[in-house]
Amino acid sequence: MAAGNPVLGALQRPLRLAFAHAEKLLDRVFPGHWNPLYNLGTLGFFMYWIVAGTGIYLYIFFDTGLTEAYDSVEYMTNDQWYLAGVMRSLHRYASDAMVLFMIIHIVREFSLDRYRGSRWFSWLTGAPVIVLLFVSGITGYWLVWDRLAQYIAVKTTEFFDWLPIFGAPIAANFVTPASLDDRFFSLMIFLHIAAPLFLLFMLWIHLQRISRARSNPPRGLALGISAALLALAIVKPAVSQAPADLSVMVTSIKFDWFYIGLYPLVDIWSAGAVWGALAFFGLTLIVMPWMPPMRRPAAAEVHLEHCNGCRRCVEDCPYGAVTMQPRTDGANFDLEATVDPDLCVSCGICSGACPSSMPFRRRSELVSGIELPDFTIADLRRRLHKASEKITGDVRIVLIGCDNAARVERLTGPCVAAVSLPCSGMLPPPFIDYILARGLADGVFITGCREGSCYNRFGQTWANQRIDRERDPYLRRRVPRERIARYWAGPADDRVLAREIEDFAERLRALPAPQAVPDMSVVDKVGAQ
Amino acid sequence: MKEIARYFGQAVVYVLIMVVVGTFADTPAYQAFPDDQGFIRLTLSHGGRPRGGCRKQSAKELSKIAPNMRRKKLCSRERLPVLVKMTVDGKPVLSRLLQPTGIRNDGPVRLYEGVPVAAGRHEIALALRDSDRKEGFDYERKAVVDIRPGQNFVIQFRTEFGGFDLK
Repeated sequence: MAAGNPVLGALQRPLRLAFAHAEKLLDRVFPGHWNPLYNLGTLGFFMYWIVAGTGIYLYIFFDTGLTEAYDSVEYMTNDQWYLAGVMRSLHRYASDAMVLFMIIHIVREFSLDRYRGSRWFSWLTGAPVIVLLFVSGITGYWLVWDRLAQYIAVKTTEFFDWLPIFGAPIAANFVTPASLDDRFFSLMIFLHIAAPLFLLFMLWIHLQRISRARSNPPRGLALGISAALLALAIVKPAVSQAPADLSVMVTSIKFDWFYIGLYPLVDIWSAGAVWGALAFFGLTLIVMPWMPPMRRPAAAEVHLEHCNGCRRCVEDCPYGAVTMQPRTDGANFDLEATVDPDLCVSCGICSGACPSSMPFRRRSELVSGIELPDFTIADLRRRLHKASEKITGDVRIVLIGCDNAARVERLTGPCVAAVSLPCSGMLPPPFIDYILARGLADGVFITGCREGSCYNRFGQTWANQRIDRERDPYLRRRVPRERIARYWAGPADDRVLAREIEDFAERLRALPAPQAVPDMSVVDKVGAQ
Repeated sequence: MKEIARYFGQAVVYVLIMVVVGTFADTPAYQAFPDDQGFIRLTLSHGGRPRGGCRKQSAKELSKIAPNMRRKKLCSRERLPVLVKMTVDGKPVLSRLLQPTGIRNDGPVRLYEGVPVAAGRHEIALALRDSDRKEGFDYERKAVVDIRPGQNFVIQFRTEFGGFDLK
C-alpha cells in the first residue's frame, strides 16, 4: 500500500485500518460475500437500476407543464401513494443511497491504494461518473418544481452565470413566474433522462479493464437493501415542499444533503470560490493516480519454452492482462500466453494458475510458463526452504500470506515461519504438496485478505477453489488435508489469526508424525541456486 | 441462536443505512434566506445608444443604395456604456457602469443583481443613462413600495414599458 510514499501512506493507513475494523464487524453478521463493504460498486449499480425502474414508472404520470409538473407529482404522492408514491420515495432514496455507496467506494479504493498503477483507468473513468450522477440527481429535483426546485434552479443558474460563457444571465429566466414556460420542463426532463443514460455508459466504461466484472450484488444483499429502502419509502415517504413561486424568496427548506450539500457554499463563499474549489477537487481527482506515480513492480513475463497455451492464466487473471495469441516460437501448440504490461498489477495469480509452476521438477533451474520477474517461482521455492530452516519448535508450520492482508511476518515464532506473496492466489497448489512431501513443515497455513475482499479480486477465491479441487490446477488428492489450514484475515486480524495458527499447531501435534522423505537432490540443487 | 444474532446484526446494518439515507435526504433544513427580509432584484438587458450618434442619410446617398438596404439613419456600430444606479431609502445600493458586450462593443449590457432589505416600506430610486450625456439620466423612476417578508421584488428595465418596471 503506497509503498515508499510516506504522505500517501499516512493518509491511507488510518483509513485502511478503519475499513478493516468495519469489514471485520460486518463479516460477523453478513454471510459469505454479502458484506456491503465488499460490494460498494455493485450496490451503486443496483441502486441505478432501482432508480431507472422507478423513474420509468414515474415518467408515465409526470406532466411537463409549468403548474402541471408540481400537480402531477402531488397526484403521484397523495392520490396514488400506494404505488407511484412508493416509487417516488424509492426513486429518491435509491438515488441518495447511490451517492452514499459511491463516496464510501471512492474512499475505500483510495485507502487500499487501488487507484494507481494499472488501475488508473477505473479511477479516471469514475470521475465523470461522479459528475453525471450529480447532474442526474439535481435535474431530478428540478422537475418537482417545488420550493427546493426553485432554490436549485436559481442557485444553479447563478452559479453557472459566474462563468463568462453565457451572453445573458440564465438566472434572469427565474426572476418572475412569467419568465418561464412549459418548454423549460421539456428541456429538464430531457436532461434528466439523457444524464443517467450517459451515466450508464460511463459505468460500462468504468468496468472495462477488469475481467469478470460484477455489476450485481449478491442476491441476498440486494434483497436486504431493497427491503430496507422499501421500508424507508413506506415509513418516510418522499414529499414535495410548497410549490415554486418565483415572486417569493426561498427561505427555510428541507435539503437533500447528498445531492445539494455543496449549494450553501455558493451562499457562504461565492460562485467563483466554489468553482475554484470544484476545479481543484476535480483536477486533484484526475491526477491522483500519478501523484505520485506508482512504483510498479515488473509485469508478469511469459516463458514460452514452458508455456503450452493452456489458457489457465488467462482464465484466472483478474484484470484481463493475459491474453492468448498465435504461437510465435514454432512450438507444437496453437496459442501462447501474452501479457499486457499496462494492465498487469503484478499479483502473480497467473503463476499460481500455471501448471508448469511445479517445484518438484528435477532441474537445475525452476522456471514457470508465466511468472513475476521480481518474485519467480524459483524465488518462492527458495524462500520456503529458508523459512523452513528457521523453524525450531516441536511442530513446524509454514505460514503463507499476502502482502495486502494480515502481516504474516509478525506472526512468526519457534513453530511458525512465514512467506508473504503479492497475493495468496499466486500460490501454485503443487507447492503445498511440496512443503509437506519434502518435510519442509508439518503443516501449511494459508492466509490472505478477508473473505470476499481480496485486494486482487479473485486471488483468495482461486486459492480456495484450487485447494478444494474445484478449479484447475487442483491440489493433488494425496496431500493430507488435515495438514492444511486456511483463515482469511484482514490487516486488523493479527490476534485472531495468531489464535487460529495456535489451534492449528495443536491439531498438528495430535496427528501422527508425517511420513515425509525429503528429496535431497532437489533440496541440494535449490540450495545451490 | 448464532444465526438469529446474525440476522439481527444484518437488520441493524440495514436500519443504519435507512437512518443515514432517510435523515440526510431532507434534514437538517437549510435557511436559504432570512424569514424577515425581502429581496429587491434588478435585471436588465439593454443596448446603449450608438457611440457618436446617428445621422440622417441624404436622398442622394439613399438613391445609391439598393432599395431593400436603405436606412434613413446611419449609426456607428459601437454602443455606449450604460450607467445604472439604485438607491433604497436614500442609500446607494447599486452603481454600475456596464460596458457593452461583444467583440465590437455592439452588444447589449446585461445586469442581474439584487439586494436584501428589511421587510417594510422602502423608497426606491432608479436611474439609467445610456447616452453620451455628461449629467443626468435618460431614465429615472422613484417609487415607494411595501416589501413583504420573503418577497422577491423584481425590477426590470424595458424600454417598451418606458423604463423601469416594478413588480
